[in-house]
Amino acid sequence: MLNIIWPIFIIISIIYACFSGTLPKINDSIFDTIESTMSLVITLAGTMCFWSGIMNILEKTDFFIKLKNGISKVIKLIFKSVEKDSKESEYISLNIISNILGLGNAATPMGIKAMDCMDEKNKKKNFMTKDMMMFILINTASIQIIPTTVIAIRASLGSKNPSGMIFQIWVVSIIVFISVISFGKIFFKREDS
Amino acid sequence: MISTIMSASIPLMIFFIASISFKEKKKTFENFLEGAKSGIYILLEIFPTLIGLFVAINMLRVSGVLNFIVKLFMPIFALIGIPAEILPMAILRPISGSSTVAVATELMKQYGVDTYIGLIISTIMGSTETTIYTVSVYTRGKNYKNIWKVITVALLGDLLGIILSVKLCQIML
Repeated sequence: MLNIIWPIFIIISIIYACFSGTLPKINDSIFDTIESTMSLVITLAGTMCFWSGIMNILEKTDFFIKLKNGISKVIKLIFKSVEKDSKESEYISLNIISNILGLGNAATPMGIKAMDCMDEKNKKKNFMTKDMMMFILINTASIQIIPTTVIAIRASLGSKNPSGMIFQIWVVSIIVFISVISFGKIFFKREDS
Repeated sequence: MISTIMSASIPLMIFFIASISFKEKKKTFENFLEGAKSGIYILLEIFPTLIGLFVAINMLRVSGVLNFIVKLFMPIFALIGIPAEILPMAILRPISGSSTVAVATELMKQYGVDTYIGLIISTIMGSTETTIYTVSVYTRGKNYKNIWKVITVALLGDLLGIILSVKLCQIML
C-alpha cells in the first residue's frame, strides 16, 4: 500500500509545487520534517521504553492472568482464531487495556507485538488474516475514557470547560467502534478462505 | 474534578502495577528492563516508516495539495451538513496526528474554544484516530495485499465519526 501511496504523495506534491511556486517551501519542509521527526522519536523512545517496561511488569503478575481470563471472553468474540492462553491473546489484552486507559504510548508497542505473533501463525504471508485486520480496526477506532490531548489543548486555549465535550466524545466513539467492528465482520468475511 | 483524575490516573496506574508485582514477589525491576529493551527495538523498527511518511505528508501539506483537496471536497461535505470551517481538520485527521493538533489549535483560536465550531472540532479529535498512521505503524510498512480493505473500513468509520460529531453538537447546543 505504501509502495503506491508514498511515491504518489511525493510526485503529486512536487508537480503541484512547480506550478504553484511552493517549491522553496518544500525544500525547507524536508529538512524541518526530518528534524522534527527526530525530536519526536527521541521523546517516543523514552515513552515507548518506559511503558513497555511497565506493561511487562503487569504482564508477569498473577493478577494479570486473572484479568486476562476476564477479557479473553470478549477477545474471543471479536478474534475467532486467537487461542485463550496464547501470546497474542495476552498482547491484545494489554493493547486494549492501554487504549481504554488512554495510554496510547503503551498501546502501540503491545499492538505491534500482537500483530507479530498473529503474523507468525499466518499462512499466507502476503495477506493479513481476518483477525489481524480486525485488530487494526479496533486500534483505528480506539475508545478512551479520558481524551487527554483534546482536554489539554482546550485548557491551554482558556476554555471555560475544557472537558465539556467528553459526553459527546464517548457517544461518538462507542457508536463508531460498534459500527466499524460490524462493517469489518461483514467486509472481511471471506478473508481467511 | 476531571483534571485531578487526569493527572492522577497515570501515577496511580504505575503505583498499582508496581505494588501488585512487589506483593507477588516478582522480579519487578528485571521485568521492567526486559520490557523497556523490547520497547527500543520496536521504535527502531517503526522509525524509518515514521520519517518516510512524515516527510511525504508535509510535502503534501506545504505544496498546497491538501488545500486543493479540501476545496475539492467542500461541496460533498456541504451536502451532508458539515460546516466548511472544520474541513481542513477533517481531512488531515486520518493522515497526521501532529498536523491535526496544529490545525485544530489554529481553528479553535480563530473560532473560539467553547463555540459550536470549537466543540465540533474537540469532539472529532477525541473520537477519531489517525487512521493511515495507525495502519502503517501496525503493518510496519509491510506490503499486505488486503491492506486497502482495512483502510476503507477504518476511513468509513472516521467519516461516520465526523458526521456524528457534527450532528451531536447540533443537538446539544
